[in-house]
Amino acid sequence: MTPRQRYEQSERRRSVIVAAVSLAAVGAVLAWLVPMAPGWEAVKRSFFNWPILVKTFPTLLKAFMLDVMIFAWSLPLIIVLALVIALCRNVRSAALFPLRVFGAFYTDIFRGVPTILLVYLIGFGIPGLGLPRPWNSPYLWGTVALVLTYSAYVAEVLRSGIESVHASQRSAAHSLGLSEADTMRYVVLPQAIRRQIPAMMNFVIALQKDVALLSFIGPVELLRQANVYKSLMANFTPYVGAAIIFLCVTIPATRYTDHLLAKQRAQRS
Amino acid sequence: MTRSNDELPASARAVPESLVNELPRLRLESVSKCFDEVTVCDQITLDIAVGEMLCLIGASGSGKSTLLRCLNLLEPVDDGRIWLDNTEISIPGLDPGPVRKRIGIVFQSFNLFPHMTVMDNITLAPKRVLQQEPEQAQSVARTLLAQFGLEDKAKEYPDRLSGGQQQRVAIVRALAMKPEVMLLDEITSALDPELVGEVLDVVRALKGQGMTIVLATHEMSFAREVADRVCFLDKGKVVEVAPPEVMFSNPAQQRTQQFLRRVLQQ
Repeated sequence: MTPRQRYEQSERRRSVIVAAVSLAAVGAVLAWLVPMAPGWEAVKRSFFNWPILVKTFPTLLKAFMLDVMIFAWSLPLIIVLALVIALCRNVRSAALFPLRVFGAFYTDIFRGVPTILLVYLIGFGIPGLGLPRPWNSPYLWGTVALVLTYSAYVAEVLRSGIESVHASQRSAAHSLGLSEADTMRYVVLPQAIRRQIPAMMNFVIALQKDVALLSFIGPVELLRQANVYKSLMANFTPYVGAAIIFLCVTIPATRYTDHLLAKQRAQRS
Repeated sequence: MTRSNDELPASARAVPESLVNELPRLRLESVSKCFDEVTVCDQITLDIAVGEMLCLIGASGSGKSTLLRCLNLLEPVDDGRIWLDNTEISIPGLDPGPVRKRIGIVFQSFNLFPHMTVMDNITLAPKRVLQQEPEQAQSVARTLLAQFGLEDKAKEYPDRLSGGQQQRVAIVRALAMKPEVMLLDEITSALDPELVGEVLDVVRALKGQGMTIVLATHEMSFAREVADRVCFLDKGKVVEVAPPEVMFSNPAQQRTQQFLRRVLQQ
């Protein structure tokens, strides 16, 4: 080992020790301070009640499957719709100008309205039309509200990706005689999508959580199930259980997104 | 200093006798192009014979690149007319697709598609535009790659290649469309000096095959070696068109003399 490597190794070891000690110190101070709060015993009983957590967790997990289902079938719809809207906003021909206006309206409206409001309006409003089953299900229309909101956001991400592809790539494609449509399909879009995957992953993570908004209009998914337990047992621990389940999914997804972003940065430099 | 515009066409059409054909491959008549008040190409009149190699020289910003982009219809001309084999291609509203099939262009910055392999870069346009079967397009591509010493690079992505290799792939990509004219826009300017040679060899080979070439270049020695005629552009105007032996030893115009003295000193 060269002196330089020895030095760097000892530096690394030192910084690991310093970080560990400082983390332990902060943890110890918190563990000492928090129980000194006057309401700590009450909070412990109603939020961190182990027997209640054990009892409710399996049902919560089962209810979470509904969240997973809603997530799983709304995600592909969001991607397809976002792609359509992004392309609408990019059309150049005058005859298709209405599509451009439509795309702009769509993103303005569905990004501008709070998601929960849209879930209420569509989830209660459309079943109110008295449609026959299964078209009157709030589960269905709540999901539609999520799809509308998220596709507007993802469309904007895609659009900025399309605009970030350098004009020389279009020139090169045009110079080979490729049509506008082929240039978009084979040259611009693949690069735009690849570039925006980390940004779109952030919306995937947000969607995983926002599925819980449907609890306000009916489907007994995780949050609503936790709510039911809270009322039954007069205890908030099921909420903590629900939070744990969400975190088990979103934290790995967040780390994965960070990893993708770091990889992209490394490629660019 | 300034010459009347009437005088220019005649001198510009002085094609070497060996190359005189009944029709020029490309004919430019008073072609002008402006970008926001700045006239980048100013009344350019030129004939380019079948199989001729014309080198465009001139300082940066003299309009060489813009002229090439106009010939490929990547930029619409503001005034004047361009003919390709007796067909006017500068008509406003003309579908540029068929023209671009016949006129290939290679850029200074390669502009390969970074998300595609070399093979896909080359075969995309033949498959989509010429409607070739994938097997046919690939065999054409393999032949061209082998011809330019790139046969082992078909499956690589562009960022794995050197600048010289990327530029040769870009040339092959343009050639796969079987163009009748090749426009080469300062194709060696972005390359490290030791990589310039391999790309110029490709241009020599193209000329040897009888391709009609318009080359914008800063490589004066190369222009002197391979050009049939050299055209000096200054501030968007054609100042002088002459065979290389005249252009580089005894240019008629004072501006040409000044320019050549400046660049040849370096």
